[in-house]
Amino acid sequence: MSRYAPIFWLVIFLTVPLWLKDQYFLHVLIITGIFIIAAMSLNLLLGFTGQLSLGHIAFFGIGAYASSLTSVGFDVELFGVVRVVHKPWPAVAGLIIGTALAGFCGFLIGKLSFKVRGAYFIIVTLSFAEVTRLVALNWVELTQGPMAINNVPPFTVGLPGLGYVALWNKAYYYYLVLFIAILAYILIARLVGSRIGRAMVALKENESLAVSIGIDVTRYLILGAVVSAALAGAAGSLYAHYVKIIDPDVFHFMYTVTMIIMVITGGKGTLAGPIVGGLIFGFLPVAVRSFASPEVQWMIYGVFMIIIVFVLPQGIVPAVTQWIESFRSRPPNDTGPALASLATSRKED
Amino acid sequence: MGQASTNKQALSLEHVSVNFGGLRAIADVSFEVQDGEVVGLIGPNGAGKTTAFNLITGFVRAFAGNILYHGTQLNGLRPHEIAALGLVRTFQRTSVFPNNTVFENALIGLHRRGRSTLWDTILALPRERTSEKELADEAWDILRTVGLDMRASEPAGSLPYGEQRLVGVALALAAKPSMLLLDEPVSGMNASETVKFMKLIEAIRARGMTILLVEHDMRMVMGVSDRVVVLNHGQIIAEGTPAVVQRNPEVVQAYLGRGAARA
Repeated sequence: MSRYAPIFWLVIFLTVPLWLKDQYFLHVLIITGIFIIAAMSLNLLLGFTGQLSLGHIAFFGIGAYASSLTSVGFDVELFGVVRVVHKPWPAVAGLIIGTALAGFCGFLIGKLSFKVRGAYFIIVTLSFAEVTRLVALNWVELTQGPMAINNVPPFTVGLPGLGYVALWNKAYYYYLVLFIAILAYILIARLVGSRIGRAMVALKENESLAVSIGIDVTRYLILGAVVSAALAGAAGSLYAHYVKIIDPDVFHFMYTVTMIIMVITGGKGTLAGPIVGGLIFGFLPVAVRSFASPEVQWMIYGVFMIIIVFVLPQGIVPAVTQWIESFRSRPPNDTGPALASLATSRKED
Repeated sequence: MGQASTNKQALSLEHVSVNFGGLRAIADVSFEVQDGEVVGLIGPNGAGKTTAFNLITGFVRAFAGNILYHGTQLNGLRPHEIAALGLVRTFQRTSVFPNNTVFENALIGLHRRGRSTLWDTILALPRERTSEKELADEAWDILRTVGLDMRASEPAGSLPYGEQRLVGVALALAAKPSMLLLDEPVSGMNASETVKFMKLIEAIRARGMTILLVEHDMRMVMGVSDRVVVLNHGQIIAEGTPAVVQRNPEVVQAYLGRGAARA
């Protein structure tokens, strides 16, 4: 079953626009998908290198702003001397530049955190997010400040015979998000399933022991930060071109918390965790909005999260995996639990 | 990396001191370890043995003096760089990655032996698969060497304490050291495990590895060591073959006296 599970889920996700006719649900699914990409990126840092980035939304916002500005264009004077004028480029260029710039910021944060771990890393990332928010708010000439960047153009796709098609349609946009999400998933899965992922886990579990056997932990921490930030930037770019308007509120701390909640409840350090957690907390507001006012919604959120963390402290995915394994090792084959767990522990997803 | 000028000398400490605040943990210590030798480093609790280990492997900086390994200066190098020179240690307490299986522990230890690059990994190029296959084979080899192949699929943290020590040794061996520093490897082992471990040390040594050993189990140290260095209050008080050291009155007073009286 575990072998066919990815294909099963892929088919489900690929066919969603065919059977889901409600445009509002599709909209929620797109936003959720974008946040799942961001949560997956956070999970690479939190779940595998063990470093909590409390400013993860900064990379998301940098991706969003860079991508918007690339595709909208800008005209700024730097230090009153140099005038920089940028003509609008296609949205795809924005996605690439947004991803790259966010990745570069991840590199800087990783470098800064050279000797900084745990609580100090949290403070560095938190301050970084606040600085980027203040820049977005106050550098009005570039970012329009609180007036927001409006009319962010949609992605366009060149189709043979049809020319360039703008992705206004929600179903098309859904597929774009799904495509990027699958790329991100594969990238993270390749990394964590390799020697690189083992080095990251070694850093998380016991840094002294890791360096004593020759692992350059700083290098892998930086690598994790770069990939994580770049993916968050890509998610931010997808967000900007979808909602078409970006203001400094995109840096709100609450979004970082949302990502962390998705990762923790789903199961940090598992590949499927952020997806499961993301779907739950993406759709929970929809489920409760019919009978709860916005203030009550937040309370329901909180209670729901506390319940999950108390009942399943490891997160949903590890708990379900364990449950399935215990179910499997029960049949009376004489290989015993050791061999059974050897067979299943290799691939948990 | 070994230079001809120091044909037999592996590790040497020259007038090394370490201060922790006002406390002098190691004071003007000099000793050498030759290639292929097994040297025991002993002394009462707080004598500075573990500090000496931390110093050699780059976890603690020397206040004064030189540390050389095969002619390469170790002062100022970071721990992973020292490990890359072939000098690998084990730890007294947290010697394993507890949430990973024993097999995964060995794989993590093999980190530096992997040949695949970042792009091989991301793009799933053939080299990634061959490299991973080689690492898995080597991991089994190492687990068989230390006698843990039957435990491969168990989380390292769930093993009895004595076997966790073996996982720690497996991790260190996986890094393919030319010199191994063992910090109290048999603490927590029962008598028969200790005997087995002494055989393991002989086997490791037969492969040409140099070993520096901190240990409280006197029978074990005296049994496997060619030479013993005795530290007390951060200073070397005696040095020589086990037989010579055991007869040294200063050592007997500082350390063995109590042990002998208890035994």
